[in-house]
Amino acid sequence: MASLKELKGRINSVKSTQKITKAKQMVAAAKLRKAQAAAEAARPYGIRMAAVMGSLASKVAGQDNAPLLMRGTGSSQRHLLVVVNTDKGLCGGLNSNIIKEAKIQARALIAAGKDVSFYLVGKKGRAPIKREYPDLKADGFDTSTVRTPGFEEAGAIARELIALFEGGKFDVAHLIAPKFKSALAQDPVTAQLIPVPAPVAANDSGAVVDYEPSEAEILEGLLPRYVTTQIFGALLEREASEQGASMTAMDNATRNAGELIQKLTIQYNRSRQAAITTELIEIIAGAEAL
Amino acid sequence: MSLHFELVTPARLVRSEDVYMVVVPGAEGEFGVLEGHAPVMSIIKDGALKVYRSAGAAPEEIMVEGGFAEVGDKGLTVLAERVVG
Repeated sequence: MASLKELKGRINSVKSTQKITKAKQMVAAAKLRKAQAAAEAARPYGIRMAAVMGSLASKVAGQDNAPLLMRGTGSSQRHLLVVVNTDKGLCGGLNSNIIKEAKIQARALIAAGKDVSFYLVGKKGRAPIKREYPDLKADGFDTSTVRTPGFEEAGAIARELIALFEGGKFDVAHLIAPKFKSALAQDPVTAQLIPVPAPVAANDSGAVVDYEPSEAEILEGLLPRYVTTQIFGALLEREASEQGASMTAMDNATRNAGELIQKLTIQYNRSRQAAITTELIEIIAGAEAL
Repeated sequence: MSLHFELVTPARLVRSEDVYMVVVPGAEGEFGVLEGHAPVMSIIKDGALKVYRSAGAAPEEIMVEGGFAEVGDKGLTVLAERVVG
């Protein structure tokens, strides 16, 4: 049986932990609202971009002079997995779920005899991936230097990826990122990034569209921007997912701490009562002996 | 008799309104878009979009960087990477 002093110490320590988790939960709740608003505000751009891509791609598709980013290298031997993780922890199982998805993809590709390399965005993915695949190349991009990664960071990542692609470092790139469904559910999703999969053409009005400059040139300029938009979307989803997961995890932690405090307090009171009873019995026994 | 004009950046939908005319800094020269313009898709240069709210009114200038403009049935949509100011 722990002494009264020890129990008191434990209760106090759990109480301070509860304060921390409670604070983190409230911060995450506030940030989640902001992150969701940002994700919402970015949606129109993505939708319009996809629509324009669709109508352009349907015109250029199948031609030999289609841009490299759309046509691909013609081989699918070397795969690059772009894994988007968070920079900070305290967000429950979010990062381990993303890593799990990345490992599943990597294992499937390796089993099919492909070469796999990684490109890691966010701090929390590096250690586990390097532990699992110590001899695979894993570059990365550090998003922890800015508070909220925005379009500029997405642009930097896209430029680097496209440079690697044009340098012939890989044939196919997949983007693995969390998808924010609700504060309770964020599922990692894998999507092909490069070569750009031709979006389904939106309903063509059939009108003759003038292109300035030519279709091919517009497409050439548009593709990097499209890749950037995809990555930007992933960063926004990551932000919302991180805050959502953090909020849920911290809520649970706070509740658990509360339960623990209750249990410890009951134990503390019992021991105190027991100590008093023993003392009384001793006194009474002493008095009777006289 | 008005043109539906939308200006979208990755961060947000900047404008969505009905105007009289917009002058777009296209890659191959500026062009004005009125209602009923033929469908066009053009890359835009960094420069000013001139928005005329009504015929003869003084234009409002919006500086944009990098992007493209599309004219379709639904009006003019400008997708810009950034809007300055």
